[in-house]
Amino acid sequence: MADTLFRKVSLSMPEGLVAGELLVQDGKIVDFGAGLGVPEGAAIIEAEGAILAPGLVDIRASLGEPGYEYRETFASAARAAAAGGITSIAVLPDSNPAIDNPALVRLITSRGEETGSVSLIPYAAATRGCQGEELAEYGLLKRAGAVGFSDGTKAIGSARLMRRALSYASGFGMRIVQHPEDTELSAGGAATEGARATLMGLPGIPAAAEAIMVARDIRLAELTGGAVHFAHVSTGEACTLIRRAKDRGLKVTCDTAPPYFDLNETAIGDFRTYAKFSPPLRVEADRLAILAALADGTIDAIASDHQPRDADDKRLPFAEAAPGGAGLATLLAVTLAQVHAGALTMAQVLALLTAGPAAFLGIEAGRLAKGAPADLCLFDPHRAWLVEAGKLPGKAQNTPFDGRPLEGKVIGTWKTGRRFFG
Amino acid sequence: MRHLLGIEGLNPVAVTAMLDLAENYVLLNRSGKTQRDLLRGRTLINLFFEDSTRTRTSFELAGKRLGADVINMSVSTSSVSKGETLLDTAATLNAMNCDLLVVRHNQSGAPALLAQKVEAAVINAGDGMHEHPTQALLDALTIRRRKGRIDGLTIAICGDIAHSRVARSNLLLLSMLGNQVRVVGPPTLIPAEIASLGVQVYHDMEAGLAGADIVMALRLQKERMNKGLVPSAREFFAFYGVSAEKLAFAKPDALVMHPGPMNRGVEIDSAVADDSVRSVIKEQVEMGVAVRMAVLDTLARGPIWNG
Repeated sequence: MADTLFRKVSLSMPEGLVAGELLVQDGKIVDFGAGLGVPEGAAIIEAEGAILAPGLVDIRASLGEPGYEYRETFASAARAAAAGGITSIAVLPDSNPAIDNPALVRLITSRGEETGSVSLIPYAAATRGCQGEELAEYGLLKRAGAVGFSDGTKAIGSARLMRRALSYASGFGMRIVQHPEDTELSAGGAATEGARATLMGLPGIPAAAEAIMVARDIRLAELTGGAVHFAHVSTGEACTLIRRAKDRGLKVTCDTAPPYFDLNETAIGDFRTYAKFSPPLRVEADRLAILAALADGTIDAIASDHQPRDADDKRLPFAEAAPGGAGLATLLAVTLAQVHAGALTMAQVLALLTAGPAAFLGIEAGRLAKGAPADLCLFDPHRAWLVEAGKLPGKAQNTPFDGRPLEGKVIGTWKTGRRFFG
Repeated sequence: MRHLLGIEGLNPVAVTAMLDLAENYVLLNRSGKTQRDLLRGRTLINLFFEDSTRTRTSFELAGKRLGADVINMSVSTSSVSKGETLLDTAATLNAMNCDLLVVRHNQSGAPALLAQKVEAAVINAGDGMHEHPTQALLDALTIRRRKGRIDGLTIAICGDIAHSRVARSNLLLLSMLGNQVRVVGPPTLIPAEIASLGVQVYHDMEAGLAGADIVMALRLQKERMNKGLVPSAREFFAFYGVSAEKLAFAKPDALVMHPGPMNRGVEIDSAVADDSVRSVIKEQVEMGVAVRMAVLDTLARGPIWNG
């Protein structure tokens, strides 16, 4: 493989953006800094004004395969990821079949290797079949490569089961990833309970359903000494509880996703099912609280929360339509909008998309370090583009951001030194 | 406006024009004359995904009095479970060159979804817990004829507000026209943050009905008891049923309304429902035909509503 030298770029380093050069040889980062020599035959990439960041690490996504290939496949998701600058994805296990045995865990890893462009990091099912009844084989699943246990977009509703899951997983040093929504309060709901759901005549889910589950599971984590991670946190109240738990030294982490800090519940106006999410979009005060929790470090990572759906899943009456949005290709640009708006700094955003999730997953990624695999994302923070459903890379076109002009575009994506996008 | 999907989005001028037109149809209907040429050659399809006798018949009669070819399609839930989607149905209707499509569906927003895909003008005849605009228009017409005005009145809507599309359309319409709307019911049947829509919330009939010009009862479905939202029908009737005793809290000339069908002895007492002086429930049915004629007439003539 030819060497690649990046010049006239800003390098995204732990201490912030540093103007400089970076050299890739044999799929690894070998050097960076100023005035590096040009090795013979090296490809030179100059991109003034662009930022060279580690390839983005997506802490949580569903990819359709196995079982829902009409929505997305590993290959199509890999194309979307490359266009979004993502080089590692932690994959949720609530596929069909669910990833609840070691062979399936290995399948996810090896299918990622087949794409060449993106590492797929498997979560395994917290309960067999993600059915919320019996614990899965955590020890064997960990040995096969699972990085955590989750029932995906289904909450582990039983307090007794959650207690056992946290307790048993702690013996293997593993965490439980929870969809934080009280199952009884949220049953049958389609939108956040409040004035908007009332006006639209939609069955509501109180925002308290999230806080109640978060409060319960924090207490169970304390009881068991286990580690819990809350997926797509969407309310200020949940952030307050998590902040307090972290201050007390409990093993509690969380992530959120762009819809929860970019959109509020008004997006579902006129029964727009493409803005239907689980948990549902919230009121503006919650959106602002999520941004504050991103800024103060309460939230550990920004996930794509990619949930591929096809038109038949969405072109239904609102309460019957499937929740979830495509998120891989727009992850970076929608997040950058908050940098341009002054709500977050570039360093914060890059940490939340690279080093933060990589540390969480315990993978060698997310940092520009000598000897590290050359997983790279080169982007122009000011290049404008328009999100167009139907023209997004990959199969899933169910973006809630259709028609949205964005500022910030990926120019190139490299996986172990090989360019897969741009 | 091409469709009538809800009261939300209408303005008082359009509503008043619609009521005036309906008023003419009341006189015409009573005179025994018909206007069979107005919608001649137009096709009206009543597409009902939910059982209804009253509303379907009312639209059918309205269409026929205006000379339209009226077809009733009752789509049972079984054909939906066979896999035909709402949008498949839309494609079928387009192929039939339907001009006016009256839709009732148990899902909020279903008529709005159909309206995106059909060429016909869509009239929402009730969708889930969302809206039932022609019911609100006929209620407004009934009130205006009886009270001589449709502003400055105090209107108490009682009972299961949470699950009622009639309540939503009525509170939007009656507030828009300048009336004070109250909702009265147990907290479990009052939807979240409804006060933000400009209504006053009461949990007590004495206070809620005090000084009211209009008392509107809503149907309470049995499944609400099964789901534990109210403990029993008798308890509901004791505290929220419209009886002569509770009606005495309202103004002496207060009128009683109900969108039907009634559960006598649950949300309304028979003696009140059948009181020929206070109850205008039968008149609501008559106004229903006139209002639907006005709506069909207006939509069939084209987008003149929004001026």
